[in-house]
Amino acid sequence: MAWEVVIGLETHVQLLTKTKQFSGASTAFGAEPNTQACEVSIALPGVLPVLNKQSVECAIKFGLAIEAEIAPRSVFARKNYFYPDLPKGYQISQYELPVVGKGHLTIQVGNEEKTVRITRAHLEEDAGKSVHGAQEGMSGIDLNRAGTPLLEIVTEPDMRSAAEAVAYAKKLHELVQWIGICDGNMQEGSFRCDVNVSVRPKGSDKLGTRREIKNLNSFKFMQQAIEYETQWQIDTLEDGGKIEQATVLFNPDTGETRAMRSKEEANDYRYFPDPDLLPLEVTEADKTRVKAGMPELPEAMKGRFESNFGLSAYDAATLTASRDVADYFVATVNAGAETKPAANWILGAVSAKLNADEKSIAHSPVSAAQLASLLKRISDNTISNNAAKQVFEAMWAGEGEVDSIIEAKGLKQVSDSGAIEAIIDEVLAANTAMVAEFKSGKEKAFNALVGQCMKASKGKANPAQVNELLKKKLSA
Amino acid sequence: MSLNIQDVQRIAHLARIEISPTEAEATLSKLSGILGLIEQMQAVDTTGIEPMSHSQDVTQRLREDTVTETNRRKDFQAIAPLVEDGLYLVPKVIE
Repeated sequence: MAWEVVIGLETHVQLLTKTKQFSGASTAFGAEPNTQACEVSIALPGVLPVLNKQSVECAIKFGLAIEAEIAPRSVFARKNYFYPDLPKGYQISQYELPVVGKGHLTIQVGNEEKTVRITRAHLEEDAGKSVHGAQEGMSGIDLNRAGTPLLEIVTEPDMRSAAEAVAYAKKLHELVQWIGICDGNMQEGSFRCDVNVSVRPKGSDKLGTRREIKNLNSFKFMQQAIEYETQWQIDTLEDGGKIEQATVLFNPDTGETRAMRSKEEANDYRYFPDPDLLPLEVTEADKTRVKAGMPELPEAMKGRFESNFGLSAYDAATLTASRDVADYFVATVNAGAETKPAANWILGAVSAKLNADEKSIAHSPVSAAQLASLLKRISDNTISNNAAKQVFEAMWAGEGEVDSIIEAKGLKQVSDSGAIEAIIDEVLAANTAMVAEFKSGKEKAFNALVGQCMKASKGKANPAQVNELLKKKLSA
Repeated sequence: MSLNIQDVQRIAHLARIEISPTEAEATLSKLSGILGLIEQMQAVDTTGIEPMSHSQDVTQRLREDTVTETNRRKDFQAIAPLVEDGLYLVPKVIE
């Protein structure tokens, strides 16, 4: 039987704030255990939560970026469960009335575009961390992370392959960094995905029973986990088995997923509105103010690159896949470079060098301004494209600025037609056989002569001029 | 809606509260009493009235995102039953 996999994602995005969701304790990563855990974080009796203005703005930004409905009034609820890293006995979240409603995100899979519907996004708080093995029979609890602001972003079950799920996760990861609401650091847990996977016979419109893969914090693991889980579910069903709803964990060492806890005591979170918090109001004026402070969004920028700069859809999409790359491109163009060569160089030579050196473009040894001055020397015919590659390598290695490198390496292109004619005359005199071949109709001989001229000029002659002058001389 | 003794035991388990059979009986009658009050309230016709999520008709005030809390770990851990290397110790939890 042919099977179809159906995937939906829930992503926890740690918001870029200085303090926690409901208290003024710091959220800085990596502090000594419990040194950033105030009365609210450790849930001393009688403390009250006060909502962080910055995290509300982050939620509004996200809602605007995915063209979602932003609730004029949303409500905080208590999600009750027992775990030692949750000292209150409940997580403050949003349930029936989330701050961000239905929106969408467009992803690119291969050459195809696809729209993933976003169901909702709600504000909530993170739990603390359990440290095992501190003492026999005991667990250690660090509450520094307790209360850290999160935005949970939930999709519809719209994805149909591991590749689509990963494309969505990557797009979301870039978007939240682009609009400045998350640092995107996956190692530190700032961006974590739970993936709901189910399978059904191809053509069926009924959803199968899903299993949820928890806490994936790398795109590679996400791909592996979904592929393994999909095959496992198909094998189970084909062997006549049944899928039980479950939460599973991915083990990167074995590449397998394994059920974590059975849901016999089905999670009953007993949600109810938190009486300690009033409804959150977001006005039109709030939205207008937040919008004014937002950068141009990647989709809009992509459209602008295509229509104003004449870039291909592919190049425009690649340049706007990350904010850093887009910023670098815009800075190069603003420094006077032509748009197409700038795009070609950034997506070509610059990207290749960055990959080879495992550097991000924000830390590129060749700055946007330097790249622009290099491109100017190509367009004003000072150097050839080939020479430009040498200059680029030298700049990358920190050997100085464009003009001084051209000078030092003697790469200046010869565009003086008198000088080029002299070279051509020499070459023609020394290669009478080739000239004869050309005149007898062998077109190939022409290229060989151009090659000889370039060689005689040590690569410095302007190739277009050599072509033109050579043609003139041979037809004379 | 009426509760039975199993419901009470389940709610107690979810909240990790240990209750004896006698306590469960007493709790059952108290909880049922509360539910009875709610049933009475549900008899009121609320057609066309938007539910409130809070008893006061005001909205949430927001706090500036500025660190105001200092490290008071020493004070807080002085009243904790068991600590080690800055961590609060609890009986081992296994998933």
